[in-house]
Amino acid sequence: MSAVTKKHGNRRAEKPGRDSACPSKLDADVESRFEIVAREDFSELTYLLEVAHPMMARAARPGQFVIVIAHEHGERIPLTIADFDRERGTITLVIQAAGKTTREMQRDCQVGSTLFGMVGPLGEPSQLGDAKKVVCVGGGLGVAPIFPQARAFKENGAYVIGVVGFRSKELVFWEDKFRSVCDEFIICSDDGSVGIKGLVTDGIELAAENHSDIDEVIAIGPPIMMKAATETTRPHNIKTMVSLNPIMVDGTGMCGGCRVLVGGETKFACVDGPDFDGHKVDFVDLMNRLKRFNEDEKLALERWSEGTGQASAAKPAPPPPVEQVERAPRAMDGDMGVHYGTLRSAWDNQDT
Amino acid sequence: MAKKTIRTIPQDRTPIPVQEPADRVANFAEVALGYLEEQALNECERCLLCPEPACVKGCPVGIDIPGFIERMLAGDFREAYATLSDDNLLPAICGRVCPQEDQCEGVCPVGDTLEPVAIGRIERWLGDMAIAEGWTAQPYLEPNGFRVGIIGSGPAGMAAAADLAKAGCEVTVYEALHSPGGVLRYGIPEFRLPNEVIDAELANITKLGVKIECNTLVGRLFTIEQMVEEMGFDAVFIGTGAGSPKFMGIPGESLNGVLSANELLTRCNLMGAGDFPNNDTPLHLGKQVAIIGAGNTAMDAMRVALRLGADKVHCVYRRTEAESPARLEEIHHAQEEGIEFHWLTTPVEILDDGAGNVRAMRCLRMELGEPDDSGRRRPIAIDGSEYEFEADMVVYAIGTNPNPIIGQTSKLKLNQWGYVETDDDLATSMAGVYAGGDIVTGAATVILAMGAGRKAARGIKAYLGIRDSNVAYLPAGEDRGDSLFGIDAGERNFTRVRLA
Repeated sequence: MSAVTKKHGNRRAEKPGRDSACPSKLDADVESRFEIVAREDFSELTYLLEVAHPMMARAARPGQFVIVIAHEHGERIPLTIADFDRERGTITLVIQAAGKTTREMQRDCQVGSTLFGMVGPLGEPSQLGDAKKVVCVGGGLGVAPIFPQARAFKENGAYVIGVVGFRSKELVFWEDKFRSVCDEFIICSDDGSVGIKGLVTDGIELAAENHSDIDEVIAIGPPIMMKAATETTRPHNIKTMVSLNPIMVDGTGMCGGCRVLVGGETKFACVDGPDFDGHKVDFVDLMNRLKRFNEDEKLALERWSEGTGQASAAKPAPPPPVEQVERAPRAMDGDMGVHYGTLRSAWDNQDT
Repeated sequence: MAKKTIRTIPQDRTPIPVQEPADRVANFAEVALGYLEEQALNECERCLLCPEPACVKGCPVGIDIPGFIERMLAGDFREAYATLSDDNLLPAICGRVCPQEDQCEGVCPVGDTLEPVAIGRIERWLGDMAIAEGWTAQPYLEPNGFRVGIIGSGPAGMAAAADLAKAGCEVTVYEALHSPGGVLRYGIPEFRLPNEVIDAELANITKLGVKIECNTLVGRLFTIEQMVEEMGFDAVFIGTGAGSPKFMGIPGESLNGVLSANELLTRCNLMGAGDFPNNDTPLHLGKQVAIIGAGNTAMDAMRVALRLGADKVHCVYRRTEAESPARLEEIHHAQEEGIEFHWLTTPVEILDDGAGNVRAMRCLRMELGEPDDSGRRRPIAIDGSEYEFEADMVVYAIGTNPNPIIGQTSKLKLNQWGYVETDDDLATSMAGVYAGGDIVTGAATVILAMGAGRKAARGIKAYLGIRDSNVAYLPAGEDRGDSLFGIDAGERNFTRVRLA
């Protein structure tokens, strides 16, 4: 006879003490749904989502990112972890509505709704090293992910100079958070409505003038900004780390879509990075590769905008529940890796 | 019944119905349609039911092939499936994707004189029948209190999970992607392995109590050390696959339009890029697609590109058809579908269209020289043979490197190439941690990964002190029914329960 179905008495063996021993330790059950527990809108385009994932909050370290899938038919988009709260068990993401997916998420990701998928923390954490004095530079959306780095350096005993850039005063967020972890804090605005008038590169110059002993600059933002930051620090010979966010699919080293040229070598940003020595990064190559799906992204956004225009005319008021959204017509998209997208054009229009 | 001989069996191998090439290039439905019942039984008749079957030894997971064929011939398909699934819980998958010509069918004695028995096609028919009828092989599970964590839900991981669950372990499988199946899901296209088949056979494994947790990247969310020390796993199996695509390192590789076969296949198979606007993931397929390499992954990538609407798909390979690693059947299918093969050709540069996209490749013609380490004749470039090869998409399918995450996040001993080092029982340098499949051997096949998964499961059972026996000890001369000390005599797994 085969080894099929034959019931006996229950002789379940217990392993005493396994579950009761260490309640604070990790559980084998990983979150299977990813609930949004808080949301904040910084501006018309920028929004913050706080997602419950206690296990990831414990594991996350500065410099890492997640891949998010909004819904069953969604794409996998990489987003830098803007903050993590081990007490609350949450991961914070700051997102800019640039392409179809991020706009759709802006509409649909309300408190209480869930993401279809979120995997992470991905990438190698930033190396804090023994830097005594650092400049943490965040431009546009890079402002959010530079925060945990600044905090980590501060906790590590370094003297931290924060430099952040915004277009104007209304777009400023997290000023208090930054001031609480920075020894000096420089805001740069395009129109001079807050802080100094100029780009973050002006802020870096200012910091470099006042301090001749800066060990390291960490710059996060749109590629054009990171490029400008590395050009600013190159004459001062200050080590400059940048966080690259190219287009990727799986985020685990499997597809090779995120390859970047660093010091003439091909690296996978998702597993070898995302942090690299900015003075070695080929930014021209990176910026070209970010254009890879431009046509598709445009098409997706157009289709989606048309679709939602009709939908909102028929049904205004509150955002539709997730179930309804799942069934809504979808366009293809290319938000992958380009959640800095709209900032890029702002930078392109300026002399950097 | 008189003993079957080579002369009395049906002489011709039963052909399998296939979709016509002209139809199938326009759809993602399966190419090989599968046997009907009478075709399957006719093919079963061709089996000599050898007393010492070579095919069982030829099978990496050791399926009792004559055993299930004999039961099929007796008309007992349910029992036949039970025999088959004793050794392989994924028969509908393996029947489709195994290279049987190198395994069971390659050593079938019928093949000495005639075409060998089409074991793979019979296996597939029986697996499909089980899915259609909703059969599951559910042995009685005696929980033994041990918890085993499996990293990766591909063929290695699932095979290990099935065996360990059958032995009574509480098994949790962690998968980094949002959907389980590993390479079966992201790598092998629908027309070779439909997603419903994967779903159905994975469901059989979850029915054994195996829990699958997706969206979980072990190493980053928690480490292997944490699994053993904090999360209460008594043993861990690593089946993460090789997975990290190789590039050639020639100029122009970062142009837009150059990608790995892994990326192309993942976008299409896992993310459904072929079905936009319904899915959000783009692919941006080229018109003239050149695939570098001639392995099974290359064949899959070519045939996917063709079905998604590329004007022309080219296979560019530096050796000849004779050396190509792909299954013969796959090359044959690809040729039928109109894929153009450029043997003895290698790219040396990828050329820019002036806007950062691929315009063409600069290629060299090759000739074959002396045999190299792999025993295949080494391709040598012919001087002055350079020419331009028009293509607006270049896809690399030239193999993989081990994924670096395990090495980055654990103290496991790796070999010089970055694969996990194991002993003969697939035990790693860390006590209780086993590894198998591509992450140990480098890229291979689904069935070899499954074989490794089963072998590691045996190692883990031995490590945990679970005795695994195929021998039922029946006391002589005494009628105790089918029970032995209250234990089912047919039950294969006897467990030593660990005391506190």
